[in-house]
Amino acid sequence: MTATTSATGIGAPVRRKEDFRFITGQGQYTDDVTRPGETKAVFVRSPHAHANIKSIDVSAARKMPGVVDVLTGAQLATDKIGNLICGWMIHSKDGSPMKMSAHPALASTKVNCVGDAVAVVIAETIAQGKDAAEKVVVDYEVLTAVVDPAKAQAKGAPQIHPDIVNNTIYQWHLGEKKDVDAAFAAAKHVTKLDIVNNRLVPNAMEPRAALADYDVGTENLTLWNTSQNPHVARLVISAFIGMAPEHKLRVIAPDVGGGFGSKIFIYPEEVVCLWASRKVKRPVKWTSDRSEAFLTDAHGRDHVTHAELALDANGKILALRAKTIANLGAYMSTFSSSVPTYLYATLLSGQYNIPSIYCEVDAVYTNTAPVDAYRGAGRPEATFVVERLVEVAARQMAIDPADLRRRNFITAFPHQTPVIMAYDAGDYNASLKKAMDLADVKGFAKRKREAARHGKLRGLGYSTYIEACGIAPSQAVGSLGAGVGLWESAEVRVNPTGSVEVLTGSHAHGQGHETTFAQLVSERLGIPFENVSIVHGDTDKVQFGMGTYGSRSGAVGMSAIVKALDKIEIKAKKVAAFMLEAAEGDIEFKDGKFTVAGTDKSAGFGDVALNAYIAHKFTGAELEPGLKETSFYDPTNFTFPAGCHICELDVDIETGKVDIVNWTAVDDFGTIINPMIVEGQVHGGIAQGVGQALMEGAYYDAAGQLVTGSMMDYTMPRAHDLPSFHVGLTMTKSPSNPLGMKGCGEAGAIAAPAAVINAITDAIGTENIAMPATANAVWAALQKSQAPKAA
Amino acid sequence: MATVSMTVNGKAVTGDVEPRTLLVQFLRENLRLTGTHVGCDTSQCGACIIHLDGIAAKACTTLALQCEGAKITTIEGLAEPGGKLHPMQEAFREHHGLQCGYCTPGMIMSALDIVRRNGNNLDEHTIRDQLDGNICRCTGYHNIVKAIEAGAKAMAK
Repeated sequence: MTATTSATGIGAPVRRKEDFRFITGQGQYTDDVTRPGETKAVFVRSPHAHANIKSIDVSAARKMPGVVDVLTGAQLATDKIGNLICGWMIHSKDGSPMKMSAHPALASTKVNCVGDAVAVVIAETIAQGKDAAEKVVVDYEVLTAVVDPAKAQAKGAPQIHPDIVNNTIYQWHLGEKKDVDAAFAAAKHVTKLDIVNNRLVPNAMEPRAALADYDVGTENLTLWNTSQNPHVARLVISAFIGMAPEHKLRVIAPDVGGGFGSKIFIYPEEVVCLWASRKVKRPVKWTSDRSEAFLTDAHGRDHVTHAELALDANGKILALRAKTIANLGAYMSTFSSSVPTYLYATLLSGQYNIPSIYCEVDAVYTNTAPVDAYRGAGRPEATFVVERLVEVAARQMAIDPADLRRRNFITAFPHQTPVIMAYDAGDYNASLKKAMDLADVKGFAKRKREAARHGKLRGLGYSTYIEACGIAPSQAVGSLGAGVGLWESAEVRVNPTGSVEVLTGSHAHGQGHETTFAQLVSERLGIPFENVSIVHGDTDKVQFGMGTYGSRSGAVGMSAIVKALDKIEIKAKKVAAFMLEAAEGDIEFKDGKFTVAGTDKSAGFGDVALNAYIAHKFTGAELEPGLKETSFYDPTNFTFPAGCHICELDVDIETGKVDIVNWTAVDDFGTIINPMIVEGQVHGGIAQGVGQALMEGAYYDAAGQLVTGSMMDYTMPRAHDLPSFHVGLTMTKSPSNPLGMKGCGEAGAIAAPAAVINAITDAIGTENIAMPATANAVWAALQKSQAPKAA
Repeated sequence: MATVSMTVNGKAVTGDVEPRTLLVQFLRENLRLTGTHVGCDTSQCGACIIHLDGIAAKACTTLALQCEGAKITTIEGLAEPGGKLHPMQEAFREHHGLQCGYCTPGMIMSALDIVRRNGNNLDEHTIRDQLDGNICRCTGYHNIVKAIEAGAKAMAK
């Protein structure tokens, strides 16, 4: 498709359909939904990171005012409610399957992290539920906690799950070790780095919530929840947890207030609410408060890595190797196993032609919250390894960092990396050059001198990142261990009046699908933008779908819509042929009009839609009435968005405080439907990446208590922490989907951390600094790096 | 239980609440005005900001009983009765100042208070500085800042 000049078509910055309800306070988030007779669930949670449960006494709690019931894990087991699961199988290098421990929705014998739920109070009000929860008496035998992932496998470390030796889930690897070792042996220069990719708390602004409603008459269960993928939730809750048959369970994810990965997963609370609703025969609602969210939402990142890069005398990269310990927390969350493996090591080639790569990953249990996908999921970790190595290597070899990148860029496509991925299209020189121009890199030296006159150390950092998204071909992910296929579905319903509803298996929680998907349909069918509605997030309306994460809704979700629209055109042409008394092959469709080639006979889209339903012009034997088509689209490859971000910042010599003075992002996302929305995604991603680099970090103390357990302790970027961003684009279309789209959701979060740390280390003249580079950390590093000069 | 009376979005309301009931609970649960959101337990995020006697306040740290006789405005009370949006609401839509929409009501209520305190000609630095009490996880603030600048100007017309 080509760029349009239409005000609402592909490429137009259309204002969003969804905004009216949000700016007027009429959004419907899960906690805004109420059901008659609704009760509230309040969870009793473990205050200990690691403890045996000796007994649970709920008798006093049961007598409290307003209490409907108090339920425990023992009853959950009696009712045969299954454990939560991780749906991606990883095999260790010795061929053995990953070791997954049991994860009951309510712990009954042992707790493994602070916040582990051990009982639930069902009460008339939240206040009554909280009062009663305090009366639940749990006798714990406290055990030593394992908190540091780097020490989890040590001899003598406490064993978290009795059946999991050395707390080790898998010892996985990718690549050819022999080739890599040979390349390192022959290398002229080797750069080595120790990297901690700091643990993050996603903190979508809407806390998780679940409202379960059991219909006694039909035995149907309905769950409203804060989900990025309601169909997957229904499948898992039905097939694995055994709550109800799939056709008796409806999952509705209404307006969802941000996700960033944390709302992909199936959590204990929604399972317990469903179960409790069936037991008390009333609706049961739970809404997380922020303290619970910090303890129980799946966290992100948390890698400890040693990485090395081998180069020849000319700065040509010969090989890369990395050893990573990935902390998966107390239990394996839904997709946790895939994040530090196939979403991480497969991207270690970055934008570079690297002949050989070898990566080993040990995934470990610790007594901390589960860790799973968070914005970028594995790919930010990979980019950080690659872009830090490249930057440090350039400085060590006294080669300009941009130049070292250019010498190693992949320039011919398709390009098969040594780590599975086949990059299909890109122009990395173009995005680097455009970013350098926009950032005025040429004028940097002058600006640095100027800053120095004001007591500031100015630094400049690049990050030329790549991502694999549009997740992804089902056969490919199946061969890598995925328990599901990652296609997407679309159903296009044309109404008799010519308006259109599109039912999509994608889900929006801020991405603006109601707008962008309607832009596509409006342009393709030549009908007004206002005449298109997008329906998502309800398993009773949309038959099946895989949801939204990994920037898959454009490349995969919209491709499914394109395929369904193609079928609509074919069927509509048949109807038009009967109406216009012409051969089907002579019907042409353009700009919403069906014409007979070489004549002036025509019919509008609405007329054809009406005729499809009134069916007066054809017999049932000739054509089925109606105009509705479905497609399940499975992509042929991942997509590979890539680009260059440049961070320019000042470090205050006196305080170590970092001020980002300029941010330039040039990204190649392939075809863009709505540039306004795409830029918004880039902005938000950068903010989260800068948050990781400068201020965000989840810390547990030695006993496994989360020290950063509220927004007063866990620092997230506020408006005054960030500059306005300069965002530019380059474009190479993805050949792997009909629209040429690549995806834009994670780019900023992937690119930003390395750009910031490269800029800080450039400014203060150190090789490395750990994230988050707080003012205190930068100041301390500065004292070290500047000390000899001062003395 | 105690009885509390106040004016919310121009309408007199009365309700029975526990002494510990927060204003945000009263608005959301008693009055079903669910546009005011709860994003944290610690007065940090600003998703619950409303106007209490014309001044921005965090409804998650205000007791309902404290508001006896007060005039409260929530996000639902900003547009004109006929449906015409407030210029600040319009500016958020025009400048793509929202994504998931969850922080948006608090952002808009906070933006109006920034205008009240600083006038209609706001520069970027002032807006970023004064938006300290609101957290957005989606937008990186870039377009929120633009929206507030434009909304403030439009309010002067």
